[in-house]
Amino acid sequence: MTQTRTATPEDPAKVAAFEARIAAVESIEPNDWMPEKYRRQLVRMMSQHAHSEIVGMLPEGNWITRAPSLRRKISLIAKVQDEAGHGLYIYCGAETLGVDRAELIGQLLDGTAKYSSIFNYPTLSWADIGVIGWFVDGAAIVNQTILAKASYGPYARAMIRVCKEENFHKRQGYEIVATLANGTPAQKAMVQDAVDRWWWPSLMMFGPSDTDSPNTAELIRWKVKRKTNDELRQRFVNLTVPQAMAVNLTLPDPDMTFNAETENWEFGAIDWDEFNQVIRGNGPCNRERLEARRKAHDEGAWVREAANAYAAKQRASQASEAA
Amino acid sequence: MTGGPATPAPSIVPAPRQAPDALVEYLLRLGDDRLVLGHRLSEWCGHGPILEEDIALSNVALDLLGQATMFLRLAGQVEGRGRDEDALAYFREVVDFRNCQLVELPNGDFGFTIARQFLFDVHAVVVLDALSRSGNAELAAIAAKSLKEAKYHVRHSGEWVLKLGDGTAESHQRIQRAFDALWRFTPELFAADVVDAAMLAAGVGPDLAALQAVWDGLVRDVVERATLSLPHAAPPIAGRSGRQGSHTEALGHLLAEMQIVARSHPGAKW
Amino acid sequence: MASTITNQELVKEHPSASTAVAEQASALPSDEWPLWEVFTQSEQGAPHEHAGSLHAVDAGQALQNARDVYARRGGVISLWVVPGGAITASTPGDSGPFFDPGADKAYRHPQFYKVPRGVRGV
Repeated sequence: MTQTRTATPEDPAKVAAFEARIAAVESIEPNDWMPEKYRRQLVRMMSQHAHSEIVGMLPEGNWITRAPSLRRKISLIAKVQDEAGHGLYIYCGAETLGVDRAELIGQLLDGTAKYSSIFNYPTLSWADIGVIGWFVDGAAIVNQTILAKASYGPYARAMIRVCKEENFHKRQGYEIVATLANGTPAQKAMVQDAVDRWWWPSLMMFGPSDTDSPNTAELIRWKVKRKTNDELRQRFVNLTVPQAMAVNLTLPDPDMTFNAETENWEFGAIDWDEFNQVIRGNGPCNRERLEARRKAHDEGAWVREAANAYAAKQRASQASEAA
Repeated sequence: MTGGPATPAPSIVPAPRQAPDALVEYLLRLGDDRLVLGHRLSEWCGHGPILEEDIALSNVALDLLGQATMFLRLAGQVEGRGRDEDALAYFREVVDFRNCQLVELPNGDFGFTIARQFLFDVHAVVVLDALSRSGNAELAAIAAKSLKEAKYHVRHSGEWVLKLGDGTAESHQRIQRAFDALWRFTPELFAADVVDAAMLAAGVGPDLAALQAVWDGLVRDVVERATLSLPHAAPPIAGRSGRQGSHTEALGHLLAEMQIVARSHPGAKW
Repeated sequence: MASTITNQELVKEHPSASTAVAEQASALPSDEWPLWEVFTQSEQGAPHEHAGSLHAVDAGQALQNARDVYARRGGVISLWVVPGGAITASTPGDSGPFFDPGADKAYRHPQFYKVPRGVRGV
């Protein structure tokens, strides 16, 4: 199902026909002609998204063995398992563009591919699990609800499945947060501390400001993205502020004010230096995250090889029986 | 259940408390096996050899923890001292745990995890199959539900035993080593003591000796198809068993991790 | 309380001799698995619909992985797995001759035919 790649300049008639399909909000499918740059942008975006799901298993997986009740333990495993599933769906979507999942994972492991900066922060208390569900999954849902309308069919379809499944993630997070916020003084302090640590990195999840986002214009024009980073960030803030108030938690932003005219919660300045440092690999856990993924991959190689060898033997013996 | 004698066999446990205590002990054994093994499997979450297998192992862990919840909840109810499944999971000491030692062993490599899982999964299927006909209706209902899950677990771990045993030279060697190391932990799975005798007599639990033969046949069949072999005889581990609260040192570390948050905030709700 | 459990039911061997899988497998590095497409049926009588894809070394493993990846929330009563290479798809270049001629055959649709007023059940 791969498409021959165009090395030569693209046929202007084909480009025009493609742009017309995009303008008519048609869905682009794997075998359809598409500009090479559209394909490249999609592979980049989908693989970053899939990598984020896979690396995102690690900070939360860190608390599976310490979850404080059986109910919490079970729902956390189910959630982290879903992230593996979501990574898998999105990698499969990317594979329709003629790249191999193994190739994409190779790019993650050798450090050339990016993933969401948020997963390079450490999970330090049980409350982090609640706050990640509330903020990080909340932010992801805002993002993915829009991506479910992306122009590339396989991506949009993967997002619809992901959004359906992720509804429980945010609710389980907020339930943990609300329980802690109504709990003992130590639990309240624990959850406020987690909110303080995760708020700003969560805002950074939406990516650079529109004025500073190299890919946004093109992605918007091709309807891969349907809203800008800043629009999505604002939507997330507007949703989250009342949720924080409802459980008496304070968001760590003294500049947060409600603008009655725009009905937006206006927030303070984001520390883009920190964002850029984390993206460049200097976040608190970048090395540990990649190391954990590499270890799993390397230690799994003999298992994957064994399964292949077994299947090849089975095929050979069945073929000789049939002959 | 094949009918045993109507009155329980004599035992060292004082007679008036015998029936409920033996049932509580028995339910703790069923619950703790699944709690501890589910916990061990969940350590793989995010670290599996391939995404598909990460998801599969998590599914088995979820099934086991769901079963543990049901067995421990019932144990707490029968005990009647106000302990729910979380009180039993998070506020007991190592010596109070009743799981077999097999399930508490650290994960090792994927081959070790699969061999351990396969030995337990086959045990679970034969025991749950018998328990689904238990004279205790609540226990029988949990067993019947769990049996469906356990049958899938054997299929999963059993097919991996075939793949690893008859895969590459390396995989063959690794899983053979795992079976060699694990075999001495298997007699405990079927070593009947006073609790088992009481349960058998009460028409609640199975005759473990009869089940051991079935287990042995099923295990040997798959192991041989996988071109592997089992050690001839495993001298059982000397001393008391996990069923009586004697464990490997690994369990203390597992519980220290599992219980840390709950125990740091006594009385808190989560 | 005799046990009725057998390995026939538990640990099966599956037919894996598919040309499409063999071809795919031989083209891959030794630690990569072939791609399968997964179709799920949500209820009796409903069609199997494409759910997504996954990697597996043989049909049996593909079915098990499909169960865990695409049916873990329930709502599935039957699964098909098909080697990715075994699917032949129409191409966008075919779409004119393949599909456009169907678009103007109004006589294939019931709305094309008039029924006198008041007549029911036609």
